[in-house]
Amino acid sequence: MIQFNKISKRYPSGHQALNDLSFELKPSEMVFLTGHSGAGKSTLLKLLMLMEKPTSGQLLVDGKNLNRIHRSQVPYYRRNIGVVFQNHQLLFDRSVFDNVALPLLVSGFQPREIGRRVRAALDKVGLLDKEKMNPIILSGGEQQRLGIARAVVHKPPILLADEPTGNLDTELSAEIMGLFQKFCEVGVTVLIATHDTDLVSSMGLRVLKLEKGTLAHDGQPI
Amino acid sequence: MMRNRRRKIESTSHSGLFFSKDVARKNLLDQLKNYLRNHYLSLIDAIRRLSFEPLQSLATSFVVAIALSLPSTLYVAVMNLEKLGSRTETTTLITVFLEITASQLEIEKLQKSLLLDPNIASVKYISSQQGLDEFRMESGFGDILQMLDENPLPAVLLIQPQEIVKHNSDVIEKLSSKLKKKALISDIQVDIKWLQRLQAILAVGERLIFMLGAVLAFGVFIIIGNTVQLALESRNHEVIVVKLVGGTNSYIRRPFLYTGFWYGVIGGALAWALVAASLYWMSFPVTRLAELYQSSFQLKGLGFFGLTAMVAIGAGLGLMGAWLAVTRQLVAIEPE
Repeated sequence: MIQFNKISKRYPSGHQALNDLSFELKPSEMVFLTGHSGAGKSTLLKLLMLMEKPTSGQLLVDGKNLNRIHRSQVPYYRRNIGVVFQNHQLLFDRSVFDNVALPLLVSGFQPREIGRRVRAALDKVGLLDKEKMNPIILSGGEQQRLGIARAVVHKPPILLADEPTGNLDTELSAEIMGLFQKFCEVGVTVLIATHDTDLVSSMGLRVLKLEKGTLAHDGQPI
Repeated sequence: MMRNRRRKIESTSHSGLFFSKDVARKNLLDQLKNYLRNHYLSLIDAIRRLSFEPLQSLATSFVVAIALSLPSTLYVAVMNLEKLGSRTETTTLITVFLEITASQLEIEKLQKSLLLDPNIASVKYISSQQGLDEFRMESGFGDILQMLDENPLPAVLLIQPQEIVKHNSDVIEKLSSKLKKKALISDIQVDIKWLQRLQAILAVGERLIFMLGAVLAFGVFIIIGNTVQLALESRNHEVIVVKLVGGTNSYIRRPFLYTGFWYGVIGGALAWALVAASLYWMSFPVTRLAELYQSSFQLKGLGFFGLTAMVAIGAGLGLMGAWLAVTRQLVAIEPE
Protein backbone atom coordinates (compact mmCIF):
# COMPACT_ATOMS: atom_id res chain seq x y z
CA MET A 1 0.00 0.00 0.00
CA ILE A 2 2.81 2.37 0.93
CA GLN A 3 6.24 1.91 -0.58
CA PHE A 4 9.34 3.99 0.19
CA ASN A 5 12.10 3.50 -2.39
CA LYS A 6 15.45 5.09 -1.45
CA ILE A 7 13.72 8.21 -0.19
CA SER A 8 15.90 11.13 0.86
CA LYS A 9 14.74 14.49 2.06
CA ARG A 10 17.07 17.42 2.52
CA TYR A 11 15.59 20.77 3.54
CA PRO A 12 16.81 23.99 1.93
CA SER A 13 18.46 24.81 5.27
CA GLY A 14 20.79 21.85 4.68
CA HIS A 15 19.22 19.59 7.27
CA GLN A 16 19.10 15.98 6.06
CA ALA A 17 15.78 14.76 7.48
CA LEU A 18 15.58 11.40 5.71
CA ASN A 19 18.42 9.46 4.16
CA ASP A 20 17.99 6.63 1.65
CA LEU A 21 14.91 5.21 3.33
CA SER A 22 13.25 2.06 1.95
CA PHE A 23 10.38 0.01 3.38
CA GLU A 24 6.90 -1.18 2.50
CA LEU A 25 3.56 -1.32 4.27
CA LYS A 26 1.03 -3.94 3.20
CA PRO A 27 -2.69 -3.18 3.00
CA SER A 28 -4.48 -3.37 6.36
CA GLU A 29 -1.19 -3.46 8.23
CA MET A 30 -0.78 -1.52 11.46
CA VAL A 31 2.75 -0.25 12.03
CA PHE A 32 4.46 1.99 14.60
CA LEU A 33 6.98 4.61 13.60
CA THR A 34 9.35 5.44 16.44
CA GLY A 35 12.49 7.43 17.03
CA HIS A 36 13.69 10.47 18.92
CA SER A 37 12.32 13.84 18.02
CA GLY A 38 14.20 15.05 14.99
CA ALA A 39 14.73 11.52 13.72
CA GLY A 40 12.49 12.22 10.73
CA LYS A 41 9.08 10.88 11.83
CA SER A 42 7.23 14.10 11.04
CA THR A 43 9.01 14.49 7.72
CA LEU A 44 7.99 10.97 6.77
CA LEU A 45 4.34 11.69 7.54
CA LYS A 46 4.55 15.00 5.67
CA LEU A 47 5.81 13.20 2.58
CA LEU A 48 2.81 10.88 2.76
CA MET A 49 0.47 13.86 3.10
CA LEU A 50 2.16 15.61 0.17
CA MET A 51 3.00 18.51 2.44
CA GLU A 52 6.61 17.97 1.39
CA LYS A 53 8.25 16.37 -1.63
CA PRO A 54 11.25 14.02 -1.35
CA THR A 55 14.58 15.30 -2.64
CA SER A 56 15.24 11.93 -4.25
CA GLY A 57 13.70 8.49 -4.38
CA GLN A 58 10.30 7.11 -5.20
CA LEU A 59 7.28 7.12 -2.94
CA LEU A 60 4.44 4.89 -4.11
CA VAL A 61 1.03 4.96 -2.46
CA ASP A 62 -1.49 2.44 -3.69
CA GLY A 63 0.67 1.93 -6.78
CA LYS A 64 0.84 5.62 -7.65
CA ASN A 65 4.06 7.61 -7.69
CA LEU A 66 3.51 10.66 -5.50
CA ASN A 67 6.13 12.64 -7.43
CA ARG A 68 3.81 12.60 -10.42
CA ILE A 69 0.78 14.05 -8.66
CA HIS A 70 0.07 17.50 -9.94
CA ARG A 71 -0.54 20.28 -7.41
CA SER A 72 -4.17 20.55 -8.44
CA GLN A 73 -4.65 16.83 -7.70
CA VAL A 74 -3.24 17.04 -4.16
CA PRO A 75 -6.65 17.65 -2.49
CA TYR A 76 -8.13 14.58 -4.20
CA TYR A 77 -5.16 12.52 -3.05
CA ARG A 78 -5.52 13.73 0.54
CA ARG A 79 -9.15 12.59 0.64
CA ASN A 80 -7.80 9.04 0.66
CA ILE A 81 -5.80 9.57 3.83
CA GLY A 82 -7.09 10.15 7.32
CA VAL A 83 -4.76 12.01 9.63
CA VAL A 84 -4.83 12.25 13.41
CA PHE A 85 -2.74 15.15 14.67
CA GLN A 86 -1.03 15.52 18.00
CA ASN A 87 -2.55 18.98 18.42
CA HIS A 88 -5.92 17.69 17.11
CA GLN A 89 -6.33 20.52 14.53
CA LEU A 90 -9.95 20.98 15.55
CA LEU A 91 -12.01 24.03 14.67
CA PHE A 92 -13.52 25.71 17.70
CA ASP A 93 -15.90 27.92 15.74
CA ARG A 94 -18.23 24.98 15.07
CA SER A 95 -19.81 22.00 16.77
CA VAL A 96 -18.42 18.50 17.22
CA PHE A 97 -20.71 17.33 14.43
CA ASP A 98 -19.51 19.99 12.00
CA ASN A 99 -15.86 19.21 12.75
CA VAL A 100 -16.36 15.58 11.81
CA ALA A 101 -18.46 16.54 8.77
CA LEU A 102 -15.68 18.66 7.25
CA PRO A 103 -13.93 15.95 5.18
CA LEU A 104 -17.31 14.88 3.77
CA LEU A 105 -18.34 18.45 3.06
CA VAL A 106 -15.23 19.23 1.05
CA SER A 107 -15.69 16.02 -0.95
CA GLY A 108 -19.27 16.93 -1.82
CA PHE A 109 -21.28 14.27 -0.01
CA GLN A 110 -25.08 14.48 0.15
CA PRO A 111 -26.40 16.01 3.40
CA ARG A 112 -28.25 12.83 4.39
CA GLU A 113 -25.14 10.74 3.79
CA ILE A 114 -23.10 13.24 5.82
CA GLY A 115 -25.46 12.94 8.80
CA ARG A 116 -25.40 9.15 8.66
CA ARG A 117 -21.62 8.85 8.38
CA VAL A 118 -20.80 11.51 10.96
CA ARG A 119 -23.02 9.84 13.54
CA ALA A 120 -21.52 6.45 12.73
CA ALA A 121 -18.01 7.86 13.24
CA LEU A 122 -18.97 9.65 16.46
CA ASP A 123 -20.59 6.47 17.74
CA LYS A 124 -17.39 4.51 17.06
CA VAL A 125 -15.35 6.88 19.23
CA GLY A 126 -18.09 7.20 21.87
CA LEU A 127 -18.93 10.86 21.35
CA LEU A 128 -22.39 10.51 19.84
CA ASP A 129 -24.06 12.29 22.77
CA LYS A 130 -21.76 15.31 22.35
CA GLU A 131 -22.37 16.10 18.68
CA LYS A 132 -23.91 19.51 19.38
CA MET A 133 -21.20 20.66 21.78
CA ASN A 134 -18.31 22.92 20.96
CA PRO A 135 -15.10 20.83 20.97
CA ILE A 136 -13.39 23.42 23.21
CA ILE A 137 -15.24 22.07 26.26
CA LEU A 138 -14.18 18.47 25.59
CA SER A 139 -11.38 16.85 27.60
CA GLY A 140 -8.01 16.06 26.01
CA GLY A 141 -8.92 12.44 25.43
CA GLU A 142 -12.29 13.39 23.96
CA GLN A 143 -10.66 15.90 21.64
CA GLN A 144 -8.26 13.23 20.45
CA ARG A 145 -11.17 10.85 19.82
CA LEU A 146 -12.94 13.60 17.94
CA GLY A 147 -9.83 14.01 15.79
CA ILE A 148 -9.92 10.28 15.08
CA ALA A 149 -13.60 10.42 14.15
CA ARG A 150 -12.82 13.15 11.65
CA ALA A 151 -9.89 11.18 10.26
CA VAL A 152 -11.97 8.08 9.55
CA VAL A 153 -15.39 9.53 8.72
CA HIS A 154 -14.78 9.33 4.96
CA LYS A 155 -13.43 5.75 5.28
CA PRO A 156 -9.94 6.37 3.95
CA PRO A 157 -7.80 3.35 3.03
CA ILE A 158 -4.87 4.87 4.91
CA LEU A 159 -4.79 6.31 8.43
CA LEU A 160 -1.79 8.29 9.67
CA ALA A 161 -1.42 9.36 13.30
CA ASP A 162 1.20 11.74 14.69
CA GLU A 163 1.72 11.20 18.44
CA PRO A 164 -1.96 10.41 18.96
CA THR A 165 -1.40 9.55 22.62
CA GLY A 166 1.04 12.37 23.31
CA ASN A 167 -0.85 14.02 26.15
CA LEU A 168 -2.92 11.08 27.36
CA ASP A 169 -2.54 8.74 30.31
CA THR A 170 -1.94 5.02 29.85
CA GLU A 171 -5.57 4.01 30.10
CA LEU A 172 -6.74 6.52 27.49
CA SER A 173 -3.79 5.62 25.25
CA ALA A 174 -4.77 1.98 25.31
CA GLU A 175 -8.33 2.96 24.44
CA ILE A 176 -7.14 4.97 21.43
CA MET A 177 -4.91 2.11 20.27
CA GLY A 178 -7.89 -0.21 20.52
CA LEU A 179 -9.74 2.10 18.14
CA PHE A 180 -6.87 2.04 15.66
CA GLN A 181 -6.79 -1.74 15.78
CA LYS A 182 -10.47 -1.87 14.96
CA PHE A 183 -9.89 0.21 11.84
CA CYS A 184 -6.99 -2.01 10.90
CA GLU A 185 -9.26 -5.04 11.15
CA VAL A 186 -11.66 -3.57 8.58
CA GLY A 187 -8.84 -3.11 6.05
CA VAL A 188 -7.33 0.28 6.82
CA THR A 189 -3.55 0.63 6.65
CA VAL A 190 -2.50 2.39 9.87
CA LEU A 191 0.81 4.14 10.50
CA ILE A 192 1.31 5.61 13.98
CA ALA A 193 4.23 7.86 14.82
CA THR A 194 4.98 7.81 18.55
CA HIS A 195 7.83 7.91 21.04
CA ASP A 196 5.83 6.07 23.68
CA THR A 197 8.05 2.94 23.83
CA ASP A 198 6.03 1.24 26.56
CA LEU A 199 2.92 1.41 24.43
CA VAL A 200 4.77 0.13 21.36
CA SER A 201 6.25 -2.88 23.12
CA SER A 202 2.92 -3.75 24.77
CA MET A 203 1.15 -3.92 21.40
CA GLY A 204 3.61 -6.36 19.81
CA LEU A 205 3.18 -4.93 16.31
CA ARG A 206 5.74 -4.18 13.59
CA VAL A 207 7.95 -1.21 14.43
CA LEU A 208 9.92 1.07 12.14
CA LYS A 209 12.60 2.87 14.12
CA LEU A 210 14.21 5.96 12.63
CA GLU A 211 17.59 7.27 13.67
CA LYS A 212 18.96 10.44 12.09
CA GLY A 213 16.85 9.88 9.01
CA THR A 214 17.76 6.27 8.39
CA LEU A 215 15.92 3.07 9.21
CA ALA A 216 17.57 1.64 12.35
CA HIS A 217 15.14 -1.18 12.97
CA ASP A 218 12.25 -2.85 11.11
CA GLY A 219 10.32 -5.66 12.78
CA GLN A 220 9.01 -6.76 16.19
CA PRO A 221 9.69 -4.40 19.10
CA ILE A 222 13.05 -4.98 20.74
CA MET B 1 -5.96 9.16 -23.72
CA MET B 2 -5.33 10.77 -20.36
CA ARG B 3 -8.49 9.26 -19.00
CA ASN B 4 -7.47 5.80 -20.19
CA ARG B 5 -4.14 6.06 -18.54
CA ARG B 6 -5.75 7.19 -15.35
CA ARG B 7 -8.18 4.28 -15.38
CA LYS B 8 -5.24 1.95 -15.80
CA ILE B 9 -3.57 3.34 -12.71
CA GLU B 10 -6.78 3.02 -10.77
CA SER B 11 -7.27 -0.57 -11.81
CA THR B 12 -3.82 -1.51 -10.56
CA SER B 13 -4.53 -0.04 -7.14
CA HIS B 14 -5.46 -2.33 -4.28
CA SER B 15 -8.58 -0.72 -2.97
CA GLY B 16 -10.03 0.82 -6.09
CA LEU B 17 -10.97 3.80 -3.93
CA PHE B 18 -7.77 5.65 -4.56
CA PHE B 19 -7.43 8.50 -7.01
CA SER B 20 -10.93 8.33 -8.33
CA LYS B 21 -11.50 12.03 -8.71
CA ASP B 22 -14.32 12.02 -6.23
CA VAL B 23 -15.89 9.00 -4.64
CA ALA B 24 -19.00 10.84 -3.58
CA ARG B 25 -19.97 12.10 -7.01
CA LYS B 26 -21.89 9.64 -9.06
CA ASN B 27 -23.32 11.35 -12.10
CA LEU B 28 -23.54 14.71 -13.75
CA LEU B 29 -26.83 15.68 -12.14
CA ASP B 30 -25.54 14.85 -8.67
CA GLN B 31 -22.43 16.83 -9.44
CA LEU B 32 -24.46 19.83 -10.49
CA LYS B 33 -26.67 19.54 -7.40
CA ASN B 34 -23.59 19.35 -5.21
CA TYR B 35 -22.02 22.29 -6.93
CA LEU B 36 -25.14 24.42 -6.48
CA ARG B 37 -25.59 23.36 -2.88
CA ASN B 38 -21.98 24.24 -2.18
CA HIS B 39 -22.52 27.67 -3.66
CA TYR B 40 -25.70 28.15 -1.71
CA LEU B 41 -23.96 27.15 1.54
CA SER B 42 -21.07 29.54 0.83
CA LEU B 43 -23.49 32.35 0.04
CA ILE B 44 -25.34 31.85 3.31
CA ASP B 45 -22.11 31.36 5.25
CA ALA B 46 -20.75 34.65 3.89
CA ILE B 47 -23.86 36.55 5.04
CA ARG B 48 -23.73 34.84 8.42
CA ARG B 49 -20.13 35.91 8.89
CA LEU B 50 -20.88 39.49 7.82
CA SER B 51 -23.68 39.61 10.40
CA PHE B 52 -21.26 38.50 13.15
CA GLU B 53 -19.61 41.90 12.96
CA PRO B 54 -22.43 44.11 11.70
CA LEU B 55 -20.72 47.44 12.40
CA GLN B 56 -17.52 46.53 10.66
CA SER B 57 -19.37 45.03 7.70
CA LEU B 58 -21.55 48.10 7.42
CA ALA B 59 -18.51 50.39 7.63
CA THR B 60 -16.82 48.60 4.74
CA SER B 61 -20.05 48.63 2.73
CA PHE B 62 -20.37 52.36 3.38
CA VAL B 63 -16.87 53.07 2.13
CA VAL B 64 -17.76 51.13 -1.01
CA ALA B 65 -21.04 53.05 -1.26
CA ILE B 66 -19.35 56.44 -0.98
CA ALA B 67 -16.79 55.52 -3.63
CA LEU B 68 -19.56 54.35 -5.97
CA SER B 69 -21.89 57.28 -5.27
CA LEU B 70 -19.42 59.99 -6.33
CA PRO B 71 -19.23 59.09 -10.03
CA SER B 72 -22.94 58.20 -9.94
CA THR B 73 -23.83 61.66 -8.68
CA LEU B 74 -21.76 63.23 -11.43
CA TYR B 75 -23.49 60.96 -13.92
CA VAL B 76 -26.90 62.10 -12.68
CA ALA B 77 -25.81 65.74 -12.92
CA VAL B 78 -24.61 65.37 -16.51
CA MET B 79 -27.70 63.38 -17.45
CA ASN B 80 -29.95 66.12 -16.10
CA LEU B 81 -28.01 68.88 -17.84
CA GLU B 82 -28.30 66.95 -21.10
CA LYS B 83 -32.02 66.67 -20.55
CA LEU B 84 -32.17 70.38 -19.84
CA GLY B 85 -30.24 71.17 -23.03
CA SER B 86 -32.61 69.20 -25.22
CA ARG B 87 -35.87 70.70 -23.97
CA THR B 88 -38.00 72.71 -26.44
CA GLU B 89 -37.92 75.91 -24.42
CA THR B 90 -34.16 75.98 -24.70
CA THR B 91 -33.84 75.14 -28.37
CA THR B 92 -31.90 77.09 -30.90
CA LEU B 93 -33.64 80.18 -32.11
CA ILE B 94 -32.60 82.43 -34.97
CA THR B 95 -33.65 86.03 -34.54
CA VAL B 96 -33.92 87.90 -37.85
CA PHE B 97 -33.96 91.70 -37.76
CA LEU B 98 -35.70 93.20 -40.79
CA GLU B 99 -34.97 96.48 -42.56
CA ILE B 100 -37.02 99.34 -41.11
CA THR B 101 -38.21 100.11 -44.60
CA ALA B 102 -39.65 96.69 -45.25
CA SER B 103 -43.35 96.76 -46.06
CA GLN B 104 -45.96 94.48 -44.56
CA LEU B 105 -46.46 92.70 -47.88
CA GLU B 106 -42.74 92.08 -48.41
CA ILE B 107 -42.45 90.66 -44.90
CA GLU B 108 -45.35 88.28 -45.45
CA LYS B 109 -43.77 87.10 -48.70
CA LEU B 110 -40.42 86.52 -46.96
CA GLN B 111 -42.12 84.64 -44.16
CA LYS B 112 -43.83 82.31 -46.65
CA SER B 113 -40.60 81.68 -48.60
CA LEU B 114 -38.74 80.91 -45.39
CA LEU B 115 -41.30 78.29 -44.42
CA LEU B 116 -40.44 76.43 -47.63
CA ASP B 117 -36.93 75.81 -46.34
CA PRO B 118 -36.79 72.18 -45.12
CA ASN B 119 -34.58 73.13 -42.16
CA ILE B 120 -37.08 75.61 -40.74
CA ALA B 121 -39.90 74.45 -38.55
CA SER B 122 -41.69 77.72 -37.82
CA VAL B 123 -41.43 81.46 -38.31
CA LYS B 124 -42.98 83.87 -35.87
CA TYR B 125 -43.47 87.52 -36.82
CA ILE B 126 -43.12 90.28 -34.28
CA SER B 127 -43.91 93.74 -35.68
CA SER B 128 -41.92 96.78 -34.60
CA GLN B 129 -44.93 97.98 -32.59
CA GLN B 130 -45.23 94.65 -30.77
CA GLY B 131 -41.52 94.78 -30.03
CA LEU B 132 -41.81 98.27 -28.63
CA ASP B 133 -44.76 97.30 -26.42
CA GLU B 134 -42.88 94.29 -25.06
CA PHE B 135 -39.77 96.37 -24.42
CA ARG B 136 -41.76 99.04 -22.67
CA MET B 137 -43.39 96.48 -20.40
CA GLU B 138 -40.32 94.50 -19.52
CA SER B 139 -37.55 97.07 -19.36
CA GLY B 140 -39.25 99.77 -17.35
CA PHE B 141 -37.85 102.43 -19.72
CA GLY B 142 -41.29 103.30 -21.04
CA ASP B 143 -40.93 107.00 -20.16
CA ILE B 144 -37.72 107.38 -22.13
CA LEU B 145 -39.24 105.66 -25.15
CA GLN B 146 -42.08 108.16 -25.16
CA MET B 147 -39.55 110.90 -25.70
CA LEU B 148 -38.61 109.38 -29.05
CA ASP B 149 -40.35 110.60 -32.20
CA GLU B 150 -40.55 107.31 -33.91
CA ASN B 151 -40.18 103.60 -33.09
CA PRO B 152 -36.45 102.75 -33.30
CA LEU B 153 -37.07 98.99 -33.18
CA PRO B 154 -37.09 96.92 -36.35
CA ALA B 155 -39.65 94.20 -37.05
CA VAL B 156 -38.38 90.76 -36.11
CA LEU B 157 -38.85 87.17 -37.36
CA LEU B 158 -38.19 84.40 -34.86
CA ILE B 159 -37.10 81.27 -36.72
CA GLN B 160 -37.35 77.87 -35.08
CA PRO B 161 -35.19 75.30 -36.88
CA GLN B 162 -36.40 71.73 -37.41
CA GLU B 163 -35.97 69.35 -34.47
CA ILE B 164 -33.36 67.20 -36.25
CA VAL B 165 -31.02 70.03 -37.20
CA LYS B 166 -31.25 72.30 -34.19
CA HIS B 167 -28.21 70.75 -32.49
CA ASN B 168 -26.26 70.57 -35.72
CA SER B 169 -24.20 73.74 -35.71
CA ASP B 170 -23.09 73.26 -39.35
CA VAL B 171 -26.64 73.36 -40.65
CA ILE B 172 -27.54 76.30 -38.43
CA GLU B 173 -24.44 78.17 -39.57
CA LYS B 174 -25.28 77.58 -43.24
CA LEU B 175 -28.87 78.60 -42.70
CA SER B 176 -27.89 81.83 -41.01
CA SER B 177 -25.40 82.82 -43.70
CA LYS B 178 -28.09 82.16 -46.33
CA LEU B 179 -30.49 84.37 -44.39
CA LYS B 180 -27.94 87.18 -44.12
CA LYS B 181 -27.78 87.50 -47.91
CA LYS B 182 -31.49 88.28 -48.26
CA ALA B 183 -32.24 91.88 -49.16
CA LEU B 184 -34.92 92.52 -46.54
CA ILE B 185 -32.79 91.24 -43.66
CA SER B 186 -30.50 93.71 -41.95
CA ASP B 187 -29.02 91.43 -39.31
CA ILE B 188 -29.45 88.06 -37.66
CA GLN B 189 -28.62 86.64 -34.27
CA VAL B 190 -28.17 82.97 -33.52
CA ASP B 191 -28.28 81.93 -29.91
CA ILE B 192 -26.58 78.60 -30.49
CA LYS B 193 -23.40 79.56 -28.68
CA TRP B 194 -24.66 78.78 -25.19
CA LEU B 195 -25.91 75.41 -26.36
CA GLN B 196 -22.51 74.63 -27.86
CA ARG B 197 -20.89 75.63 -24.60
CA LEU B 198 -23.28 73.45 -22.62
CA GLN B 199 -22.50 70.53 -24.86
CA ALA B 200 -18.77 71.14 -24.47
CA ILE B 201 -19.18 71.21 -20.70
CA LEU B 202 -21.17 67.99 -20.84
CA ALA B 203 -18.43 66.35 -22.90
CA VAL B 204 -15.93 67.33 -20.20
CA GLY B 205 -18.34 66.00 -17.58
CA GLU B 206 -18.60 62.67 -19.35
CA ARG B 207 -14.84 62.29 -19.40
CA LEU B 208 -14.76 63.22 -15.75
CA ILE B 209 -17.30 60.50 -14.94
CA PHE B 210 -15.11 57.94 -16.68
CA MET B 211 -11.94 59.10 -14.99
CA LEU B 212 -13.45 59.40 -11.54
CA GLY B 213 -15.36 56.18 -12.09
CA ALA B 214 -12.24 54.26 -13.05
CA VAL B 215 -10.21 55.60 -10.13
CA LEU B 216 -12.93 54.96 -7.58
CA ALA B 217 -13.76 51.54 -9.02
CA PHE B 218 -10.13 50.65 -8.49
CA GLY B 219 -10.51 51.98 -4.94
CA VAL B 220 -13.52 49.72 -4.32
CA PHE B 221 -11.55 46.81 -5.73
CA ILE B 222 -8.71 47.51 -3.30
CA ILE B 223 -10.98 48.08 -0.27
CA ILE B 224 -12.87 44.84 -0.77
CA GLY B 225 -9.70 42.91 -1.61
CA ASN B 226 -8.05 44.17 1.55
CA THR B 227 -11.07 43.39 3.75
CA VAL B 228 -11.33 39.90 2.33
CA GLN B 229 -7.62 39.35 2.83
CA LEU B 230 -7.98 40.26 6.51
CA ALA B 231 -10.92 37.85 6.80
CA LEU B 232 -8.81 35.13 5.22
CA GLU B 233 -5.90 35.79 7.56
CA SER B 234 -8.17 35.52 10.58
CA ARG B 235 -9.31 32.13 9.33
CA ASN B 236 -5.81 30.87 8.63
CA HIS B 237 -6.16 27.79 10.81
CA GLU B 238 -9.45 26.80 9.22
CA VAL B 239 -7.91 27.07 5.75
CA ILE B 240 -5.06 24.79 6.81
CA VAL B 241 -7.43 22.19 8.27
CA VAL B 242 -9.61 22.24 5.16
CA LYS B 243 -6.51 21.78 3.01
CA LEU B 244 -5.44 18.83 5.16
CA VAL B 245 -8.75 17.03 4.78
CA GLY B 246 -8.67 17.48 1.00
CA GLY B 247 -10.50 20.74 0.30
CA THR B 248 -9.64 22.20 -3.09
CA ASN B 249 -8.53 25.78 -3.51
CA SER B 250 -11.82 26.67 -5.17
CA TYR B 251 -13.72 25.20 -2.22
CA ILE B 252 -11.70 27.37 0.16
CA ARG B 253 -11.97 30.39 -2.08
CA ARG B 254 -15.74 30.27 -2.52
CA PRO B 255 -17.01 31.73 0.81
CA PHE B 256 -14.49 34.56 0.51
CA LEU B 257 -15.64 35.34 -3.00
CA TYR B 258 -19.17 35.61 -1.66
CA THR B 259 -17.95 37.90 1.12
CA GLY B 260 -16.57 40.24 -1.54
CA PHE B 261 -19.75 39.80 -3.55
CA TRP B 262 -21.93 40.85 -0.61
CA TYR B 263 -19.78 43.88 0.21
CA GLY B 264 -20.19 44.96 -3.41
CA VAL B 265 -23.93 44.31 -3.53
CA ILE B 266 -24.65 46.09 -0.25
CA GLY B 267 -22.28 48.91 -1.18
CA GLY B 268 -23.94 49.33 -4.60
CA ALA B 269 -27.43 49.42 -3.10
CA LEU B 270 -26.32 51.90 -0.42
CA ALA B 271 -24.70 54.10 -3.07
CA TRP B 272 -27.94 54.13 -5.01
CA ALA B 273 -29.81 55.11 -1.85
CA LEU B 274 -27.30 57.90 -1.19
CA VAL B 275 -27.76 59.30 -4.71
CA ALA B 276 -31.54 58.98 -4.46
CA ALA B 277 -31.58 60.74 -1.09
CA SER B 278 -29.45 63.65 -2.30
CA LEU B 279 -31.61 63.97 -5.42
CA TYR B 280 -34.72 64.12 -3.27
CA TRP B 281 -33.06 66.77 -1.13
CA MET B 282 -32.11 68.76 -4.26
CA SER B 283 -35.43 68.38 -6.06
CA PHE B 284 -37.31 71.16 -4.19
CA PRO B 285 -34.88 74.02 -4.89
CA VAL B 286 -34.42 72.78 -8.46
CA THR B 287 -38.15 72.74 -9.11
CA ARG B 288 -38.43 76.22 -7.58
CA LEU B 289 -35.61 77.45 -9.80
CA ALA B 290 -37.25 75.92 -12.86
CA GLU B 291 -40.55 77.57 -11.97
CA LEU B 292 -38.86 80.95 -11.95
CA TYR B 293 -37.80 80.25 -15.53
CA GLN B 294 -41.36 79.15 -16.41
CA SER B 295 -40.03 75.64 -16.89
CA SER B 296 -41.54 72.35 -15.78
CA PHE B 297 -38.06 70.83 -15.53
CA GLN B 298 -37.68 68.12 -12.89
CA LEU B 299 -34.62 66.20 -11.73
CA LYS B 300 -34.33 62.69 -13.10
CA GLY B 301 -32.93 59.98 -10.83
CA LEU B 302 -31.11 56.72 -11.51
CA GLY B 303 -34.25 54.63 -11.46
CA PHE B 304 -34.53 50.86 -11.25
CA PHE B 305 -32.05 50.37 -14.07
CA GLY B 306 -29.54 52.50 -12.17
CA LEU B 307 -30.05 50.39 -9.04
CA THR B 308 -29.49 47.20 -11.00
CA ALA B 309 -26.41 48.61 -12.69
CA MET B 310 -24.86 49.87 -9.44
CA VAL B 311 -25.48 46.60 -7.62
CA ALA B 312 -24.04 44.70 -10.58
CA ILE B 313 -20.97 46.94 -10.74
CA GLY B 314 -20.48 46.62 -6.98
CA ALA B 315 -20.86 42.85 -7.10
CA GLY B 316 -18.43 42.54 -10.01
CA LEU B 317 -15.79 44.70 -8.34
CA GLY B 318 -16.27 42.83 -5.06
CA LEU B 319 -15.86 39.45 -6.71
CA MET B 320 -12.75 40.54 -8.59
CA GLY B 321 -11.16 42.14 -5.53
CA ALA B 322 -11.89 39.10 -3.38
CA TRP B 323 -10.68 36.68 -6.04
CA LEU B 324 -7.38 38.46 -6.44
CA ALA B 325 -6.80 38.76 -2.68
CA VAL B 326 -7.69 35.14 -1.92
CA THR B 327 -5.83 33.62 -4.85
CA ARG B 328 -2.70 35.54 -3.98
CA GLN B 329 -2.93 34.55 -0.33
CA LEU B 330 -4.05 30.95 -0.74
CA VAL B 331 -0.74 29.79 -2.13
CA ALA B 332 1.02 31.18 0.92
CA ILE B 333 -1.18 29.31 3.42
CA GLU B 334 0.08 25.75 3.37
CA PRO B 335 -0.05 23.26 6.23
CA GLU B 336 3.30 22.74 7.91
